[in-house]
Amino acid sequence: MARSPDPRPAGRLGGLAAPTLVRHLGAAVLAGVVLLIGSNTIGDYRDYQLANVAVYVVAVAGLTLLIGLSGQISIGNGAFMAVGGYLAALLLADLKWPLIAILLAATAGAAVVGAIFGVAAARLRGPYLAGATLMLAVALPSVATRFQSVLGGDQGLGFFIGVPGFLGPNVSPYRWLAWVTCGAALVTMVLLANLIRSRTGRSWRAVRDDEIAAALAGLNVARLQILAFVVSAACAGLGGTLLAMWNQSVSPGLFSLTLSIQLLTAAVLGGLGSLTGAVLGSAIVVLPYTYLQNQAISLGMTTATGSNVPILAYGAVLIVVMLAFPAGIQGLLAWMVRASRVRQAVRWLTGPLARRASPGPSVHSAASGHPDQRSAPAAEPQEKGTT
Amino acid sequence: MSSSHRARLAAVAGLAVMSMVAAACSSSSSGGGGGGTVSTPGITKTTITIGSHQPLTGIAAPGYDEIAPASNAYFQYVNAHGGIFGRKIIYKYLNDQYNPSITSTVVTQLVLKDKVFAIFNGLGTPTHLAVAPMLNSEHIPDVFVASGCECWNATSALPDTFGWQLDYVREGKILGSYIEQHFKGKKIGFFYQNDEFGQDGVKGLSDEIPKSQIVAEESYVPTNIKIAPQVAALKAKGAQVVVSFSVPAFTALLKLTMLGLKYTPQLVVSDVGSDPITLAGLLASFAKNKTAGFGNALTQGIITDGYLPSLGSTSNSWITLFKKIHDTYVPKLPFDGNVLYGMSVAYTFVQAMFKAGKNPTRESLISAINGGLPQGVSVAPYVYSATDHNGISGAYMGVIKNGALVPTGGVLVTDDTATGAVTAYTTPQLAAPASGIPSP
Repeated sequence: MARSPDPRPAGRLGGLAAPTLVRHLGAAVLAGVVLLIGSNTIGDYRDYQLANVAVYVVAVAGLTLLIGLSGQISIGNGAFMAVGGYLAALLLADLKWPLIAILLAATAGAAVVGAIFGVAAARLRGPYLAGATLMLAVALPSVATRFQSVLGGDQGLGFFIGVPGFLGPNVSPYRWLAWVTCGAALVTMVLLANLIRSRTGRSWRAVRDDEIAAALAGLNVARLQILAFVVSAACAGLGGTLLAMWNQSVSPGLFSLTLSIQLLTAAVLGGLGSLTGAVLGSAIVVLPYTYLQNQAISLGMTTATGSNVPILAYGAVLIVVMLAFPAGIQGLLAWMVRASRVRQAVRWLTGPLARRASPGPSVHSAASGHPDQRSAPAAEPQEKGTT
Repeated sequence: MSSSHRARLAAVAGLAVMSMVAAACSSSSSGGGGGGTVSTPGITKTTITIGSHQPLTGIAAPGYDEIAPASNAYFQYVNAHGGIFGRKIIYKYLNDQYNPSITSTVVTQLVLKDKVFAIFNGLGTPTHLAVAPMLNSEHIPDVFVASGCECWNATSALPDTFGWQLDYVREGKILGSYIEQHFKGKKIGFFYQNDEFGQDGVKGLSDEIPKSQIVAEESYVPTNIKIAPQVAALKAKGAQVVVSFSVPAFTALLKLTMLGLKYTPQLVVSDVGSDPITLAGLLASFAKNKTAGFGNALTQGIITDGYLPSLGSTSNSWITLFKKIHDTYVPKLPFDGNVLYGMSVAYTFVQAMFKAGKNPTRESLISAINGGLPQGVSVAPYVYSATDHNGISGAYMGVIKNGALVPTGGVLVTDDTATGAVTAYTTPQLAAPASGIPSP
């Protein structure tokens, strides 16, 4: 199922952190420049869509870390997004905080709720955990209708943040939206990428693969599982705030069960445990939606039928992906790269050089234990908690 | 490949793909602009593109999903007869499922991708509230919202938004004054949608009905169809008259739940929740009862009001006109109150576009409506001015008999203040133009 991004046991515990951080920051800056140039050229509607993808990336990255690394499933991360979104809307309406403070506070708020729920989650396994998180996703949005005077009921609360004055009139609200959401997505990716490669990340993988062995090795399993929930909920809280900003409002309908399922779909489609997969999965869940719907309606279906076509398509794709490529699109791409003739050709060309430099099999295949002849990326160890 | 290399590749590849997807998509959007020589978005030499958000599926869809197709039918009729100064109207309406968060998405799509000239007849109070600030901040005309909320009459905060139908405060006052006169001393209960739609209605009702008579105020939210506790509360408080500000599905649920509790008060329902044909269909479908006349038997005697001509008055020139257009363009839809509504509001838009001039701009449309519109299909005049963005100012009272709304009195008009009187309006309504199209 989930491929750990780091299949080798890392030998060194210290010393590696600084270079890793530098590398990730470098990649993020590079991606940031590309996104900045891109957002200035693609027009308002594409900026709006780009922002939507970035919002999902933030939330899905947290979820894929929870499921893929710590081995706990959550069908309810939409609820943590709701916590972040509503907290942000209240802070904006009542206290008029600046955007950056709202983003941080909403992230922290969702993390606290995640910690509380994580304590319960650490006691649950497999379908029971899935059920508990599902309950959270179903129940939490109706809190807003129960406390209508504060939370605005079904109508929700407005969340309208204009372009800051110093940027001048030439920056459209949608470009500004794309900047904020992509910036937040990049920061999240860098932080999570480092976390995944840290001692904590390795401990999560140990817990995921065998809780008893991890406990015998001295790891505090419950604490690690709660921490994973906190990180995942924090990402969801940030994502929920950005979703509110993107939608310009928060309402129970924004954080429906469908949202939680979409997050899960994006994480699974992309490849559980993979940040690249989180980006790919988010793009796939967000971008074709309107297109599919319009196509279906223009093909003569009634709107009532056409509106459901994207959901049908996602369901079908999800089933196919789970059957054929359990490691998701990221796993599929990695497998294609490994299996491709391009790579064989490269090996054939570089082989003599490599052999001259270091006799014997290549470092990669020996260390990773994944020979290139593998037929499909399905031979992953079965995990607990992801049934 | 070292592990750090892989992680770095993962991050770079992910973000690069994200930007590539965005860049690749952008190439297809370049052709979506206004085109032509005029710079106003949505206006070309031959077309006027407008957009809307409508509940085509979901809890508010029954009945309301006929409105936009009916409006479109009237636009097609106008297009086939010369258009608006030669321009054809293209009406693009998207499904928001009566979910405010989807409204925001589809309206942003209409504005950014389809580059519409105006948002026309966006349906629903909670839904449209989610987009009105955005539309006004970008000065996109937001005309003739399909909701009677007083919130659209906010000329300083929402200068580009206009209501159209009888607003719920006026409607509440007209219903309330009728109840005050005809049900003296009876116990009155309210059942309303708990948002600005229902709250405005309750405000108008409370202006007219003496406090001592009001025994219960129960509300519902559209996402929760279990309303038995509210109905039981109305029964327990002994309400003999129940006034309902509800969408049709909840009017039907209310009636069926009352039936289940053997509770038979006099029902008074606001116009938006009382179309007899829609209600009869919903009642039969919810109760899974296919007996002919089942629905009509249950709607018999419901008191309501109407601000458009009654569908039953077949000699009325407006009804004749719209029946003709209905039979040509949307014969599969029932000719009911929703179809009449859709065509009437479309007629008003054509009136306003003619008034906006041969080279319409967003500003000229807004100032055209601010200058007032002549009374068209509605039974009472419009109140449009630079300081009033409500629409129709009055209605007649009626009762549902054998599946049709039968007027029981003359037209009443009022204002939206707590003290303004409800008075009779006796000026007769002008006949529909022979061409079926308002004169420029």
